[in-house]
Amino acid sequence: MIHLAGPALLVAVLAGAGVYGVLARRNAVLVLIGAELLLAAAGVLFVLGTALPAGGLGSPGLLDPTISARPADPLVSGQVATIMLITIAAAEIGLALAVVLLLFRARATSDLTAVRELGEASPSYTDHPDAVTGGSLP
Amino acid sequence: MTALDVVFALFASTAAAGALLAVTSRHVVHAALWLVLALGSLAGVYLVLAAEVVALVQVLVYVGAVVVLVLFALMLTRAPIGVRADLDAAPGRRRVAAVAGLATSALIGGTLLAAIGSTAEVPAGDGTASALGSATFTGWVLPFELLSVLLLAALVAAIAISRGRDADTPGLDDLAPGGTADRADPGAGSAAPAPAAAPAPATPAAPSRAVGPDGTS
Repeated sequence: MIHLAGPALLVAVLAGAGVYGVLARRNAVLVLIGAELLLAAAGVLFVLGTALPAGGLGSPGLLDPTISARPADPLVSGQVATIMLITIAAAEIGLALAVVLLLFRARATSDLTAVRELGEASPSYTDHPDAVTGGSLP
Repeated sequence: MTALDVVFALFASTAAAGALLAVTSRHVVHAALWLVLALGSLAGVYLVLAAEVVALVQVLVYVGAVVVLVLFALMLTRAPIGVRADLDAAPGRRRVAAVAGLATSALIGGTLLAAIGSTAEVPAGDGTASALGSATFTGWVLPFELLSVLLLAALVAAIAISRGRDADTPGLDDLAPGGTADRADPGAGSAAPAPAAAPAPATPAAPSRAVGPDGTS
């Protein structure tokens, strides 16, 4: 039995840190770390939703503590949603890191401010990034 | 203030500190490791919130797989070792980002606190494996199957993206029976334009594609 204000504050801090990370970072992988933090905040919020009484934030049990009837949710919606969210986040980061790797191969940098435009017509595009980085790329 | 409150406060403050350090660290690898700390203590938070299976999945997928992926990506993109000043944007933009982050925190936290009020308590949860398993495979079975398709698509797409355009390895369109001429990239190695209708056997310019899959040798 813990108070629900703690998880709510944690969600707020994680989401704020995620937004800051996405906006303030230049390295593409670090931007993805911010996105992961945002998704983690969403997961905590889903589990927090499971912990709420039936009816969620609009339930009468929240306003009137004498009403404590909480019919069990047989579908455990919030927790299943969190597991699916974690799966989607894993798929997302796998794909996003592949894109970052492709960006690094084509431009020899993962600095997002250095890549102003995408596409092969842009001046920073190179077909031979080996010549730029001076070595064999992964 | 129960014992669970204390445990939750420990895990939550660790997670929050790890998250803040992960987005502010000037050291690339340290940022990824702070992310490990944040996500790992989030698993503890899930445990306190009586979501056992979610905590296990969090440890398996996030701490185990996602962070390893991030570290690999840092290695493969030749992330700089040591403290670097160029990881963050310009100070002006950082200030804007901090304002946006604080505003998001205030908005979400304020809304949730106002909605939850001061009366709610976490009831004893039912996050056991059996409850979650039967929920997943009865009510949530269609989203579950969709997720498996999504994972497969992401896997194939990640391979297809990161494979690049290698000259030596045959691409997907090389494997298609009869059609190799669709790739108009000048960077590909075997630059001899394959004839458009290419059931023809092994042109000398492309010795690596000797036998077509349609059996014409």
